[in-house]
Amino acid sequence: MDRDLQGYWKENLKYLGILLSIWFIVSYGFGILLAPTLNGITMGGFKLGFWFAQQGSIYTFVILIFVYVYLMNKLDKKYGVNEEDS
Amino acid sequence: MDVQTWTYILVGITFSIYIGIALWSKAGSTSEFYVAEGAVSPLTNGMATAADWMSAASFLSMAGIISFMGYDGSVYLMGWTGGYVLLALLLAPYLRKFGKFTVPDFIGDRYYSQIARTVAVICALIVSFTYVAGQMRGVGLVFSKFLEVDIFWGVIIGMAIVFFYAVLGGMKGITYTQVAQYCVLIFAFMVPAFFISLQLTGSPIPQIGFGSTLNDGSGMYLLDKLDQLHTELGFAEYTSGTKSMQDVFFITVALMVGTAGLPHVIVRFFTVPKVKDARISVGYALIFIAILYTTAPAIAVFSRVNLIETVSEQPYEEMPSWFGTWEETALLNWVDKNEDGIINYAPGAAIVGSPTIQRDGLFEIERGKHNQVLVTNEPTAGPNELYVDRDIMVLANPEIAGLPNWVAALVAAGGLAAALSTAAGLLLVISTAVSHDLIKKQINPDISDKAELRYARIAAAVAVVVAGYFGINPPGFVAQVVAIAFGLAAASFFPAIILGIFYKKMNREGAVAGMVAGLLFTLSYIIFFKIAYPELNTPENWWFGISPEGIGTLGMMVNLVVSLAIGMIYPEPPEEVQEMVENIRYPK
Repeated sequence: MDRDLQGYWKENLKYLGILLSIWFIVSYGFGILLAPTLNGITMGGFKLGFWFAQQGSIYTFVILIFVYVYLMNKLDKKYGVNEEDS
Repeated sequence: MDVQTWTYILVGITFSIYIGIALWSKAGSTSEFYVAEGAVSPLTNGMATAADWMSAASFLSMAGIISFMGYDGSVYLMGWTGGYVLLALLLAPYLRKFGKFTVPDFIGDRYYSQIARTVAVICALIVSFTYVAGQMRGVGLVFSKFLEVDIFWGVIIGMAIVFFYAVLGGMKGITYTQVAQYCVLIFAFMVPAFFISLQLTGSPIPQIGFGSTLNDGSGMYLLDKLDQLHTELGFAEYTSGTKSMQDVFFITVALMVGTAGLPHVIVRFFTVPKVKDARISVGYALIFIAILYTTAPAIAVFSRVNLIETVSEQPYEEMPSWFGTWEETALLNWVDKNEDGIINYAPGAAIVGSPTIQRDGLFEIERGKHNQVLVTNEPTAGPNELYVDRDIMVLANPEIAGLPNWVAALVAAGGLAAALSTAAGLLLVISTAVSHDLIKKQINPDISDKAELRYARIAAAVAVVVAGYFGINPPGFVAQVVAIAFGLAAASFFPAIILGIFYKKMNREGAVAGMVAGLLFTLSYIIFFKIAYPELNTPENWWFGISPEGIGTLGMMVNLVVSLAIGMIYPEPPEEVQEMVENIRYPK
């Protein structure tokens, strides 16, 4: 089988770029750099910047990993590099 | 039944389980000993990773630290979870595909150099030893507080247990014990949190509770109440914090990158069968970790409010009985500076240093006119009269909230589970670094599998004893060494591994120079401020306002720049190494 490994790697890097940008924006952006501004907004009893720093960023991290797993499993199949289920 | 009896029962049951698992999972080959034959299911591995990762510090100290730091405590919450995203996306799948036993294995093969391997072994040993000493200390502390056993004997018992399942079972024994330990520690952490959340806010889920209104009919949000209490007492607002933004930023990066570079965490992803499993396994691990890490900030808020409302501006003689109990352990103290019999709680230290109880002769505790425990420390000039050790916020939480005795005992068993599981993972890294990376790969490559396994066991046994020694006689800087462990992992391993995977042309000269430069830079900055000149450790003296906790971030950048610069001067890596890099980039 002729496998386009360069193409696979390129798409992988694209996913990494997108997911790590979200990772950065939510934790360092919302949780730290923009926290003083976001603290002006409240959600229930939480100031939003504080919530992102102590809760929201952690939930986002979990979701990001599962999105990555989903995308990569699909990518593995598309390029025929997936491991067989034994 | 009293707390002590409950503790004996619960600790006894959990320890028997750990020993039972050890007997069942005796390792017969190095592959079993190092990576459990690479046959652990992703879910099991995720749970074991969570227990491996969450140490005595996460379980006993973190909620307390956050309780005193407020918003600033976010660095630990984000730093110690965000690293898993890096691990899942940038490290775990590729290292699994590489398919050897250890991190120095990867560094040594990828950079076709025994020097690189040796540098990696040294880093792995320094990081793991600094970390493991703290764990044994945690074991000793729990024993002495709850069972009134000497710290010495507490550490010895802990050593015996770890010795048993780490030396016998290796990674296989450790993995299944860690699964049991995760269940114990998460149950022990969540039960008090549910109760207290329900008491204070009427919502049983702590993550929601600490953003809800108080249960006292005032209709006020809990966090607003806490900010108000803080302002009244002269503290900074809980939800805003006092650290500078760039320091918060740098510490968070250092902790995230350090987490992703810790050898005892990375090696867990060598134990699953496939690349696909390594990816999902990091996800499971983070879910299990997130349960504790999203609860900790809630506990921090609950215990802070409970503490202030119980003690602040109240007469000492009306304190509940737990106050006296914790005074006797020197984790809590009150100095009546203005002699009004009332506890005045304000910012700043109450006394110089940590309390040393005044004793009449050897045993009898000296008491003041309100029957308070007296200490030999000088009082400070500030208005604050209360000394609170951050560790009691988790330990004393059940008592402060008036929960039943078995809950307090459960916390003790959970603390032990957290400390033992992490200690075992670290001991394995130490033993493989010696038997595999040093003896097999460098000194005697012809060694038989049986002999290598024997060396692994001997190394694990020696490491247990050394760790125990440091647990009983902690070096004065033990509290500071966590910064060293993370800083070193961030400044040495992380860039070398990332470049090794994502930059095919990275050569050994660049990688070695980068690791050494990053390591020396970070180590000297931390030693300068933490050990050599602690009196200079203030924001005015720091470079760019970065504290020693955050310097690993700069060390990582130094590593990257040096690696790339030196790498350009020297020739490309050999053909077969470039092929190997190609090969680890896809699962099959």
